[in-house]
Amino acid sequence: MTNNAWRGRGVLILGAASAIAEAVARELASQGAQLVLVARDGPRLEAIAADLRVRGSPNVAVRALDLVEAEPTDELLQSLADQIGGFDTALIAHGLLGDQTRAEQDAAHAAALIDVNFTSAGLWALALARRLERTDGRNGVVAAIGSVAGDRGRSSNFVYGAAKAGLAVLMQGLAHRSALHGGPKAVVFKLGFVDTPMTADLPKGGPLWATPGAVAKVIVKGLNGRSAIVYGPWFWRYVMLIIRLLPQPVIARIDI
Amino acid sequence: MALSFHSQVVEPWGRTPRLPHQVARPLHRDQLPGLIGEAAGGGGLLAAGLHRSYGDSGLNPDGLMISMRGVDRFIAFDPASGVLRAEAGVSLDEILRMATPHGWFLPTTPGTRFVTLGGAIANDVHGKNHHRAGSFGRHVRRIGLLRSDAGALELSPQERPELFHATLGGLGLTGLIAWAEIALAPIPSTFVDEETVPFANLAEYFLLSAESDPRFEHVSSWIDCTASGTALGRGVMYRANWSAAGGLAPHAPRQKLQVPITAPPGLMNKLSLRAFNAAYGGMQRMRRGTARKHYGGAFYPLDAIGGWNRFYGPAGFYQHQFMAPLAAQKDAMTEALRTLVAAGQGSFLAVLKSLGPLRSGGLVSFEGPGASLALDFPNRGEATLKLLERLDSIVVAAGGKIYPAKDGRMSAATFRAGYPRWRELEALRDPLFSSRFWRRVTHDQ
Repeated sequence: MTNNAWRGRGVLILGAASAIAEAVARELASQGAQLVLVARDGPRLEAIAADLRVRGSPNVAVRALDLVEAEPTDELLQSLADQIGGFDTALIAHGLLGDQTRAEQDAAHAAALIDVNFTSAGLWALALARRLERTDGRNGVVAAIGSVAGDRGRSSNFVYGAAKAGLAVLMQGLAHRSALHGGPKAVVFKLGFVDTPMTADLPKGGPLWATPGAVAKVIVKGLNGRSAIVYGPWFWRYVMLIIRLLPQPVIARIDI
Repeated sequence: MALSFHSQVVEPWGRTPRLPHQVARPLHRDQLPGLIGEAAGGGGLLAAGLHRSYGDSGLNPDGLMISMRGVDRFIAFDPASGVLRAEAGVSLDEILRMATPHGWFLPTTPGTRFVTLGGAIANDVHGKNHHRAGSFGRHVRRIGLLRSDAGALELSPQERPELFHATLGGLGLTGLIAWAEIALAPIPSTFVDEETVPFANLAEYFLLSAESDPRFEHVSSWIDCTASGTALGRGVMYRANWSAAGGLAPHAPRQKLQVPITAPPGLMNKLSLRAFNAAYGGMQRMRRGTARKHYGGAFYPLDAIGGWNRFYGPAGFYQHQFMAPLAAQKDAMTEALRTLVAAGQGSFLAVLKSLGPLRSGGLVSFEGPGASLALDFPNRGEATLKLLERLDSIVVAAGGKIYPAKDGRMSAATFRAGYPRWRELEALRDPLFSSRFWRRVTHDQ
């Protein structure tokens, strides 16, 4: 059912051409949000924007930009805000899953995983928090897509996981800082397996896999919620609790 | 195998046969030409949507498949004219949720919202308003088609009209449908005023149908397949027009129920069939009269139960939907129902409706004028196939045809008798595109 919960609000989405980010944008558009979308691929952004307009967003703007190359200066953030007359919410959704085995052998690949998932995402988060504190105070929201891979280092994807763990701590720290000194709400969404092209090489199916549409609903709800850490879907909180608590001799026998 | 394609078992809506495929899942239109390039030289290619075709018209087990479900963006919508352009993977469900609050509805809709725009065009689907609106293809204005031998083409009734019409009901064989533009229909509300009218036998049905079609936009009837003798063909007709009042709320976003597991074999047996039909008929008779209903419940009752096809057990089921032309419709329906009674294998869902004279121009479209009967049968192997073949011979004798979207087993001869223009589609087929169904019905024995 359509509702207008986001009418009159502006949202900046970084990495907007990803499947999860687009699903979030659709959910926000159908609730009346104005959107500014950033990703590398301009023509894809235009196609996504046309769709979001039909779905109900009164204003969608796009900016083709390499988020890892670009420096998140105040001027750049201001020009993005000017495209839709301001935003009070920002979602950092650019990421790179990469290949764990390759990251262990190839330093350049490991560096790319850390650069995209931690360095770039983290610097954008800090810049956005500074801006939103100035423009919206405690009413602003800065959010980032994290991963359950960051909750415990495991053989299958610990370089990616380490970068996402760093991002989660940074977002948690921003949330703490805002609580003490005023500033935007900060939230990290720790997602489990999502059926997207990024995970095309993994065997799929089973109850642990979620669709982008399902996690988008969790994210949109979480943007307006109180938690600084939101698992998507919810059951990952408990799955990861168990995995974190597994003693080293036990996890040493499980290939996950 | 090509890099973008991954192994996956694909099952059609009837859940038989389940066959391994190599499937690519693009999300963006710009990926499609590359996928067609990758597929060249393989064992043929077929696009897939939401897998609601019952048999093998949506299967291509020896070749490749492009799942279009992720290519699902709206491109443009004009709330003033109701013209919508969208990528082929958009579902009718999403179109309705977007368009109904603006006062627009699908020009015609099948009994499920869970089909894609591309699938609706490729099967030239129809609904309860065929006598007024014709099939889906009549409301298609433009198609963006990608061909392995000609690249990206724009088709319309004016531009490449031959290929345009061949693509309507063309079973996805004329190339990859990337996007389409359709004309939606205006509605005063999202509710219909529905009348429920019981009839005692087939003769009464045809009288009621002749009286109802001119007065009601939506007409369809449920037949009690366990009734015989003078009650043969008794049932209940639902006839409805859009209601002037009620507002423009779309349908609820979530399915209310989900069938979590496949039912044990034999759940749908003769006894439960009799009980189901008696209960359903009794319930409807008590509620005889007029009711205002939301389109969600009136047009898509089975969509409320996710995965209802699992009720038929692990062996799956067959649907047999055929039409008989006007001159032969009474005799053909009588004989078909007699055959069901004699075989003792009724159908759980038997839906009878009339098909009007309007045509889309598709070469192998399931169209009228005449009457259409849709029957579901649990798959009991040889006995079921024999019964279906007896129905086939009734259809062929009547000069009728069987709906390819529902079929997984009709003979090449039966298909060719119903669709004499199939060779024209074969001539316009993209040489890279094929399906298990098409190979089956066009292969010369």
